[in-house]
Amino acid sequence: MKNAILKVSNVNKWFHDPQEFHVLQNINMEAYRGEFLSLVGKSGCGKSTLMYLLSTLDTDYKGEITINDVLVTGKNQNFLSRFRNAHIGFVFQFHYLLPEFSSLENVMIPARRLGKYPFEELEERAYEKLKWLGMADQAKKPANKLSGGQQQRVAIARALINDPDIIMGDEPTGNLDSVNSGIVFDIFKQLTREFNQTIIAVTHDDEFASNTDRVIELQDGHIIGEHINA
Amino acid sequence: MKLPISLDIAKTHMLSRKRQTFVAMMGVTFGIGMFIALVGLMNGLNDLTEELSMSALPDIRIFNDVSTSDQNIIEVMNPDGWNIVHSQKPKNESTKLRNGFQILHFIQQDPRVAGASPLLTSQVFFNYGPVKLNASIMGVDILQEDKLFDLASKMREGNIRDLLTTNDGIILGRNLAKKLNAKPGDRVQISTPEGFTTRLKVVGIVQFGMGAVDDVRSYANLSTVQRIMGRDNRYMTEINVKMKELEAAPAVAREYEKLFGYKAEDWETANATVLVGKIIRNIMSYAVTFTLLLVAGFGIYNILNMTIMNKIKDIAILKATGFNARDIRHIFMTQSLIIGLLGSVLGLMLGYALSLLISRAPLDLGDALATTHFPVNFDITFYVIGIVFGVITTSLAGFLPSRKAGSIDPIEIIRGQ
Ligand SMILES: Nc1ncnc2c1ncn2[C@@H]1O[C@H](COP(=O)(O)OP(=O)(O)OP(=O)(O)O)[C@@H](O)[C@H]1O
Ligand SMILES: [Mg+2]
Repeated sequence: MKNAILKVSNVNKWFHDPQEFHVLQNINMEAYRGEFLSLVGKSGCGKSTLMYLLSTLDTDYKGEITINDVLVTGKNQNFLSRFRNAHIGFVFQFHYLLPEFSSLENVMIPARRLGKYPFEELEERAYEKLKWLGMADQAKKPANKLSGGQQQRVAIARALINDPDIIMGDEPTGNLDSVNSGIVFDIFKQLTREFNQTIIAVTHDDEFASNTDRVIELQDGHIIGEHINA
Repeated sequence: MKLPISLDIAKTHMLSRKRQTFVAMMGVTFGIGMFIALVGLMNGLNDLTEELSMSALPDIRIFNDVSTSDQNIIEVMNPDGWNIVHSQKPKNESTKLRNGFQILHFIQQDPRVAGASPLLTSQVFFNYGPVKLNASIMGVDILQEDKLFDLASKMREGNIRDLLTTNDGIILGRNLAKKLNAKPGDRVQISTPEGFTTRLKVVGIVQFGMGAVDDVRSYANLSTVQRIMGRDNRYMTEINVKMKELEAAPAVAREYEKLFGYKAEDWETANATVLVGKIIRNIMSYAVTFTLLLVAGFGIYNILNMTIMNKIKDIAILKATGFNARDIRHIFMTQSLIIGLLGSVLGLMLGYALSLLISRAPLDLGDALATTHFPVNFDITFYVIGIVFGVITTSLAGFLPSRKAGSIDPIEIIRGQ
């Protein structure tokens, strides 16, 4: 029996500036626990916009979004930031790190906010994640001295640090070579299989998409189809 | 122990703009430093004038206050009519304290009183060649007077006991003696407004340290002044009282006034001008400090706004990964408080150093005030006030920018990339 962790019903979003633009139209979708889901579509079709809604960052929409049986639509900002901290990991299309902090410190920031583990243990865990992503040797380097791909991997490690129920990635492997892209893919796969975490990843990479559990395709703000991989 | 994350971020923000942080901090330091130096000097001056005037004046003065009665006889007789009375004059009342010695004795028995001394003051002219110097001669019981004002320690030349053994002796205020070019052993000629003239022998010179007193004061035996004024040996016009506790003076003065029916004036009331001067000096030091801190506050406001502009992406990412408005506000409030606290502590040190320097600077006010150095008050209270001021100013300055940072909507920034 599939257990939905994310439910989107009748979501519509408009941009008002510079002109009225119905960017997401009647979006209905679900994501299940332990599922590796990918979201594809042409540039400008609304993938990032949808991801911002799913991640609770953008609250300006019509319709309802439920995550982990909590209706997040209409909740206040304080609630949402706490909710994100504990339940959602996010890798942005343009990887945002705090430039003065080292890779390790960047990874630890959401965990220190959550405060579930003592500092030493957090350090240990953050280091572990960086090692998975082949970034152990860069752990002490300040983020503004890393290459684009390295920054992306730190951002992925940061998304994983609080063991969130859902990890959302907006082209999480967009800046990576095929080897590292493969590593990230394997980590995601492992998280869904071993820890029952859910991955939703936007991708332009057909091979990446075809290896995930299910593909949802977006076009001009509509979901035009989904495809379950064998 | 590791710093909490918001403190860690605050620290990183500050270290990444060391120079601006330092400048903002120096603003606070300068403000607080000036406050300490100013308020120390002003209060030093206050203390000195207060102490000197206290040492020359009694806590309570009891005298017969000659005044025009409020009610005119014609108004009593004709209450409903039009009564016009110009320039009402007092009747020829004597300023004598009746039963002066009984009152004196009574007061001396009062356990709250440290000492009481009889006094008969007369305006006199000191004839110095063709020049007449206006001064007052105070007829006293010199031993009682010494108990009240510690005259013995204020004698520059001669000894108070010499007054007792000399028949027509006089002790001159230092500045008066200087003007008269008089030394102990010399004779000075005086005349009263009533026209009585006599010669008195200088037995000593006394200095209170305040020009206003040393210019015009002189002491003689009560009997000498009684003789000059042509009065009997029960005649006195004033009783001076020193209290054990100065604070009790106003209440005791009111009590005596009721009891004896004479005016009893306490020090504070009589020296309202000293208090006014003190208040004005305080207002001045606080006004200057306020201005300096205002400038410092703007400095902090500025640097925080700048940091927030520069770190807006950081703020967005922190909020996206779970920091709420309060966490973000903390980050920036922490920065302004650290700047404020460090700046204030440095300011206290600067203020202390300035105070030390000022207190070592020589000061010669001539005969107006006897002091060799600038008087400075090092009271710890001002240092506490200083640091409280500094912290309050900086938290006010940090408040608006912090609130702005807290209310940043992360999606706008993240999408805007
Ligand atoms: N802030 C905005 N105001 C108005 N229109 C916007 C705004 N942000 C995005 N859009 C528009 O909304 C549409 C969807 O944008 P979105 O960023 O979601 O595309 P995307 O599918 O993520 O594309 P890509 O693959 O290039 O990242 C685009 O046509 C874009 O021009
Ligand atoms: Mg996009």
